[in-house]
Amino acid sequence: MPGKLKAKIVAGRHLPVMDRASDLTDAFVEVKFGNTTFKTDVCHKSLNPQWNSEWFKFEVDDEDLQDEPLQITVLDHDTYSANDAIGKVYIDIDPLLCTEAASVISGWFPIYDTIHGIRGEINVLVKVELFNDLNRFRQSSCGVKFFCTTSIPRCYRAAMVHGFVEELVVNEDPEYQWIDRIRTPRASNEARQRLISLMSGELQRKIGLKVLEMGGNAVVGYLQCFDLEGESGLVVRAIGTACTLDKVSSGSAPNTNTHVHPNTAPASNACNSPSKDGKEPVFGEDLPSSSGPPTPFRALPTSSSSPPPFSPSKPCSRQSSSSDTDLSLTPKTVEPKPVRCRPGIFLCPSSPTLSTDTLSLPGSGSVGCGHGLSSAPRATTPPPPSSIHSDCALLRKSVSFTEDLLLAASGMGSGGSAGKEAGPLKTLLRQHTQTALEQREFPFFTLTSFPPGFLVHVGGVVSARSVKLLDRIHNPDEPETRDAWWEEIRQEIKSHAKALGCHAVVGYSESTSICEEVCILSASGTAAILNPRYMREGCLDIGSTDHRFEDPSPPSCGFCHIPYDELNMPFPAQLTYCYHCRRQKVPDVLFTTIDLPSEAAVTGKGCLIQARLCRLKKKAQGEVNATAISNLLPFMEYELHTQLMNKLKLRNMNALFGLHIQISVGENMLLGLASATGVYLTALPAPGGIQIAGKTPGDLSNEHHILTIQKRINDTIAKNKELYQINPPELTEEGLGSPIPEPRQRSRLFRSHSESSDELSELDLSHGKKDAFVLEIDDTDAVEDIHSLLTDAPPPTGFYSCNTEIMPGIYNWTSGIQMFTSVRVFRLSNANLTNQGLNKIFTDLCENLLKSFYFKLRSMIPCCLCHLNFTVAVPEEELIQVAVTAVAMTFDKDQAQEKPAEKPINKGSSENEEQLQFPLELCADVSSANTQPSSKVSGTVSLLTPAAKLCQNQLVMIHLPGVPESTNVSSRAASVDYGSFADRCSTWLELLRLKAHTIRRGSVKTSRRTQSLAHSVSSLERCSPLPEGRSRSLRSSRSFGGSSVTVVKMTPLSFLPGIRIIKYLGIINMFFIRETTSLREEGGVSGFLHSFIAEVFAMVRAHVAALGGNAVVSYSMKECVLMENPNKNQAQCLINVSGDAVICVRETDQEPTASMTNIGQTCCSANDGAT
Amino acid sequence: MAVELDVFVGNTTIMDEEVYQLWLDGYTVNDAVKVRMEGGVLDECEASADVLLSDTMDQYRTFQMCERLLHSPAKLANQCSNDFPLLCLSLFRYYAFDDAFVREVLGKKLSKGTKKDLDDISAKTGVTLKSCRRQFDNFKRVFKVVEELKGPLVENIRQHFLLSDKLARDYAAIVFFTNNRFETGKRKLQYLTFQDFAFCAGQLINNWTVGAVDNMVEDMDVDLDKEFLQELKELKILITDKDLLDQHKSLVCTALRGKTKAFNEMEANFKNLSRGLVNIAAKLTNTKDVRDFFIDLVEKFIEPCRSDRWTAADMKLYLTHYTNSAHILDTFKHQVVWDRYMGVIKSCIFKMYHD
Repeated sequence: MPGKLKAKIVAGRHLPVMDRASDLTDAFVEVKFGNTTFKTDVCHKSLNPQWNSEWFKFEVDDEDLQDEPLQITVLDHDTYSANDAIGKVYIDIDPLLCTEAASVISGWFPIYDTIHGIRGEINVLVKVELFNDLNRFRQSSCGVKFFCTTSIPRCYRAAMVHGFVEELVVNEDPEYQWIDRIRTPRASNEARQRLISLMSGELQRKIGLKVLEMGGNAVVGYLQCFDLEGESGLVVRAIGTACTLDKVSSGSAPNTNTHVHPNTAPASNACNSPSKDGKEPVFGEDLPSSSGPPTPFRALPTSSSSPPPFSPSKPCSRQSSSSDTDLSLTPKTVEPKPVRCRPGIFLCPSSPTLSTDTLSLPGSGSVGCGHGLSSAPRATTPPPPSSIHSDCALLRKSVSFTEDLLLAASGMGSGGSAGKEAGPLKTLLRQHTQTALEQREFPFFTLTSFPPGFLVHVGGVVSARSVKLLDRIHNPDEPETRDAWWEEIRQEIKSHAKALGCHAVVGYSESTSICEEVCILSASGTAAILNPRYMREGCLDIGSTDHRFEDPSPPSCGFCHIPYDELNMPFPAQLTYCYHCRRQKVPDVLFTTIDLPSEAAVTGKGCLIQARLCRLKKKAQGEVNATAISNLLPFMEYELHTQLMNKLKLRNMNALFGLHIQISVGENMLLGLASATGVYLTALPAPGGIQIAGKTPGDLSNEHHILTIQKRINDTIAKNKELYQINPPELTEEGLGSPIPEPRQRSRLFRSHSESSDELSELDLSHGKKDAFVLEIDDTDAVEDIHSLLTDAPPPTGFYSCNTEIMPGIYNWTSGIQMFTSVRVFRLSNANLTNQGLNKIFTDLCENLLKSFYFKLRSMIPCCLCHLNFTVAVPEEELIQVAVTAVAMTFDKDQAQEKPAEKPINKGSSENEEQLQFPLELCADVSSANTQPSSKVSGTVSLLTPAAKLCQNQLVMIHLPGVPESTNVSSRAASVDYGSFADRCSTWLELLRLKAHTIRRGSVKTSRRTQSLAHSVSSLERCSPLPEGRSRSLRSSRSFGGSSVTVVKMTPLSFLPGIRIIKYLGIINMFFIRETTSLREEGGVSGFLHSFIAEVFAMVRAHVAALGGNAVVSYSMKECVLMENPNKNQAQCLINVSGDAVICVRETDQEPTASMTNIGQTCCSANDGAT
Repeated sequence: MAVELDVFVGNTTIMDEEVYQLWLDGYTVNDAVKVRMEGGVLDECEASADVLLSDTMDQYRTFQMCERLLHSPAKLANQCSNDFPLLCLSLFRYYAFDDAFVREVLGKKLSKGTKKDLDDISAKTGVTLKSCRRQFDNFKRVFKVVEELKGPLVENIRQHFLLSDKLARDYAAIVFFTNNRFETGKRKLQYLTFQDFAFCAGQLINNWTVGAVDNMVEDMDVDLDKEFLQELKELKILITDKDLLDQHKSLVCTALRGKTKAFNEMEANFKNLSRGLVNIAAKLTNTKDVRDFFIDLVEKFIEPCRSDRWTAADMKLYLTHYTNSAHILDTFKHQVVWDRYMGVIKSCIFKMYHD
């Protein structure tokens, strides 16, 4: 129930001039939380007011603490007229509610106005005194930690991974309320910002409740999204993976279970106790009691006409999911053992087979179009008769595509076939796992990388899409309908996974694309078999007794082995024995949505592979429109898949990681963009080449043409092999004894089924490999396609790119990073565009964007663009918008090919044990061993790029004649807060001034390799202040006061190279709206968006710095909606960003700074006091 | 079909020095792209013209956004920015100026009128109009800010604009010249560079202003010390008193004899030259004559010497003895004023005596 929030307004600086007459401002501040408002005194006639207010105290429910932001409004006092607002600051106080995170928020926050942008800054102090709530029926969930990071955060270990949590809240969009007609744009924007802030808070709280319910204490891979549905409302939804995390602290006791709120503590104890006793029997006891139907392998019919077996009836345990009743809704993994676990809390029975006819849910009927796999995927399956055809006004057609196409390429092999000695045990294990997982409603995990041993097998990508009409929602203000929609999709995903013989889905994500009243819901993930021990409660500590059940497959290839039965393959695929262990079957190609497992064996380097596609569609309304879209979707997926496959072959690779397919809907077109990182997995067979086949034999010119193309393709493949250093060890195929008798089904990717095949032998120029991939040219489309295949330019020398966290094949990152966001909007002026023309435009747009990045970042060579995240949208009829966020990281070229010899995992004990006991090992790794290899690289100056090195030497030379360099290096560390600006300023200035002497015009000839400026700066940033005491610097500091400036690093990755994260401070989730009525004056749309993005960065940095952090990891821009009306000189933009605020230190530094320790101590003491 | 929007924002700004210089020099985006293409960036990075155009536009936009900050650099530090050091670097470039340009406006009123003439100056100096405008606005901005500040001029400039020592001194010179409206544009002064003037300004600021005596007055480094200028009138005695003049001459001549080839000319011209220098001193109470200070120096002293082919060493020798001999004159009581005056004159003339 209670908590006391205290806020103090200290000062402001650089406020805008609000009174033209005096060129000054009479500023005061309103501090609002919930319905309580306090005001400071007016500070007359100052642009740098010092309020130094008292502590404003708010006594509130912890529920409110979680939902509401602290709202600070800076106003200009006006005696006669209304006070003018200068701007606002919203502070999310959630990080203060978690005992382990920040203890105080203190810092300069940019004052933000939706019309004018940032207008000065305000210094605020915020603290929270929380009294623990022991009420078991409470609605708050303080203390649950949230992470955007999609892996187990460094400096934690996962005691248990509970599973999927999701939540969705709906509200009316203020922009569409009647009042919006009379209020100002500013008021409307602010209402929206505030509402979304509130909704995010509420959402987090509710998710937190679910997590506590499951016995967890954290959400990892938290993904929150907004759907701006327009008239029908504003939806904020989130998914994540509930975990129990233990903090790994170097030195102090790692047991942090006590930090969890008391009422959850007993629960988790209950769960854990059996294991702690150490006498938990392993599988033997579990098995008999397992209740779920253990149907591990499901055969998919191979003919396209038969109805998919899974779609019509779905387990639907959540019909009414109004978000308040959700406690009951997440079924827990029911412990098969008769453990005394809170009875009555699990309202949901364990069996997932509670199937409900979906008819009862309006709009949720789904027509699963399970396509037969071997046949031409175009043949759309007629809706099975059993599917629901009731004619409610709703569009009920949902297109689910996936299995066939994606899987066709992906996946495979359960060890079942190959399993020798461990056969029966394995089956038992499998069954057990299956049951454990099947008992959950959705065995989904938003994580994309896993502790070693977690992932047993990977099946392939599963995805589902569904088209919905927003204007047909009966009760738009309630979440039921949307809940049902997502429920439906998740069920579909689940059944797809099952069809692949997998019991879980990892790397799971959900997204929407909305245009007018049509909404495409998408979900995708990777079907996988997981090691059960991380799912079961209390399984962790039993450890080694279990390992004999473990899959004997080595970690570097085990995940590639097919998870399903060879005899009942869900689709035709070519299986071979694993090229690595030779014991089990692997598919020829593997597609996944996860990151490359760190233990996987890879040959050469990876690269970004994109498939791009545009499809025109007629403009239409309502149901017709929705039908048109759903009819197009399968073809788009197919085309995208074909493109990916071809490009993969062209690069001589055999697996895709981080696959993300986005389909975006516009009024007159659909855009599809698939991005993934291609790699050559050593365990998988070498891909064959690509072979071109002509349609009409005898036509000489045509044949010649084909020969030329074939040659080009072969050349490209050869070039790519070299480029990505793919030199797999040649294997004698015989030795494998692979039973692949059936001829390759070449027709699979044929563009048509006309004649073909006969002339293949003549034209066989192929790559020497027996099974080349055949592309037939039978019309101009095909020619175009092949051309476009070849147009993708490889990145320039020195560059690599990938969309996964790190580049497979590069292991020695240096510390140079540059995070960036880029947005491009392209206007199609040509009214009569063809699909081909559009495709070309779209492809060029993406390619040019990449080229721009390479060019801009050329000074960082050798470097790799990591986590390239493309988002496409069709904001208006003739516009295509592409937004990209990525990070460029430098690496050491010389050692780029070698994997660090000592793998961090190796810590004594047998191999099996290692895998099994990952959590313990993991923590140890992260803190110590893991850092070893890279810290070697990151010695002293070697961290810096050559230019920077030069500059640093200069600095040392100039300023520190007497100080040994090593001192400098250590002080450079990550003590990023430079104390007083004066110091920092003076050092830099000294150097800069010196440098500037030479910059006088004419005296310096600008070199061609120019970016040394940026370089020297980045190195300067690392040089922390030098001993002060020079009279001049002291003097010049006077005018700036003692303010501190913090350099905050940002990265979309979960880590920073060469830097160790020592503390997670909480999630950053911010939503901003910016509007302008003077677009031209602000430099057009580009100028407007540029400054807005820069402002968003600045605000994120400020908030992180105020929490005491110095970096943001897992940063992402979830939403960037730009609306413009150049004729009216107006534009509006919404941006949503999120990430994890962290404190990090250089790996060379052993101990965190003193202040850090203090924070820790205060945390502890606060906790003690509270309990 | 066109790219309607194209932005690239980094967590730390990426800045290309070459493009920055082109921007400062007032190149349009298209011209800058041309220059860069000729420079060969493209070959280096396997990029296309489109990429270059996009990059250039992006850089230009970044600079325009930074420009706002550069105008009030003291704020730089407080923006929650990772770019502080970068901004500082760009700042120096931004406030750098062309000597050719500054020579044209030196001593002129920084008014709208002058601004209108910038296109002529641009044509004359070959500096693009945009660049001229920027430099002009920089002068004006610095002038406005320091106008109302107490304390040493150079220090104020350095603090408020975070400029290097050298650049701050140059700006101080510009402010000083502008404030006193020294005439620098006459044909006879054309041979003098900005650095000559900047040096002289430094001398004047350090010795003749109010600030040389009292360092807490407003405008202390900008206005000449009125009392001092009044006292300079007293020096007239050196030329009005016939005995004193002769005595001075003989002292100087004795000291110089045999030490220089130009001795004869020195002896012949002594009275003329001395009259010239003292008259300049005596007239400095008139604002009009202050403005003509440099032209007077050239006309009354430098030109006659030059026509007599004095070497720089001759000049040094002459002025040293000329100054020192005055101390020996019994009846000449204004030694302090004389030193304060001649010290500056001496170093100015040394600096200005070249081709």
